[in-house]
Amino acid sequence: MMVRRQRRSEPAQRGKPREALSNGRAAAMLAAGIGSLVFGLLTILVQVSPAVRNALQFYQPAGQITGLTTLSVAAWLISWYILFRLWKERQVPFSWVFAVTLLLIVLGLVGTFPPFYGLFG
Amino acid sequence: MPTSGSLWADVHGLVLGAVFLLAYSGGLAGLFTLRTRWETATGLRVLARQLIAGTWIMALVAWLTVVTGTYVVYPLYRSEFRSVLATSFWNTFSMAWKIHIGWFAPILATTVAYVVTRYRTQLAEEPRMRQAMVVLFPFAFVIAGVAGLLGALTNKVLPVY
Repeated sequence: MMVRRQRRSEPAQRGKPREALSNGRAAAMLAAGIGSLVFGLLTILVQVSPAVRNALQFYQPAGQITGLTTLSVAAWLISWYILFRLWKERQVPFSWVFAVTLLLIVLGLVGTFPPFYGLFG
Repeated sequence: MPTSGSLWADVHGLVLGAVFLLAYSGGLAGLFTLRTRWETATGLRVLARQLIAGTWIMALVAWLTVVTGTYVVYPLYRSEFRSVLATSFWNTFSMAWKIHIGWFAPILATTVAYVVTRYRTQLAEEPRMRQAMVVLFPFAFVIAGVAGLLGALTNKVLPVY
């Protein structure tokens, strides 16, 4: 993983390279991408598996969208917490985090596009 | 006299949508102008406070919009138009896409609000980070806009009462 350990005595903001992104900010951005990707993948999985479709009907009147969104938001928050803990004293290259975040969001959007996920139905 | 269903649809689409638009406009203007060469130190602090408020209002409104839409308006819509849900384009494409992509907006808006809160005036000194927010913030807005447009069009054809 493209991370660089920071000296413990060094505050997160002081002396960091111009391109570096530290602590919760990198975690927040990448977690948004992970949550988006999970949303897209679950949407496809619902098309593939009737069992998953039924299991994700957390609130019957609204159907499986309630389970889809609940699990995706959970994935977003849990990945945010895990990344925050992992990167607490590290600096992560900004360009890498931002590019991966955008890629994951776009993949998530594609996964939730009806003509695309309809291919799996 | 508005019915309960149409009232919820109006709150979901019009009231929350209008606040979302206002918060977005203020937030984006704040992000653009948060630069050290354009503002004094005091100006940056005031602008950062406004930006934090604007981005959090946008995130909160986005959450309220998707929750009311998914748990209140969408069940009413499903029960009213059950007979055409599988055949109508307005459900199989328009509503289906809307209820999915709408949920991206609060996640992205919350991410921007969090980063703005953590960075504050430091955003003015880190142009790449500010530019990243200037990308993510409109991304959240465009996604919410597409969801809102699809919702408005669907509501014309299959209105919730």
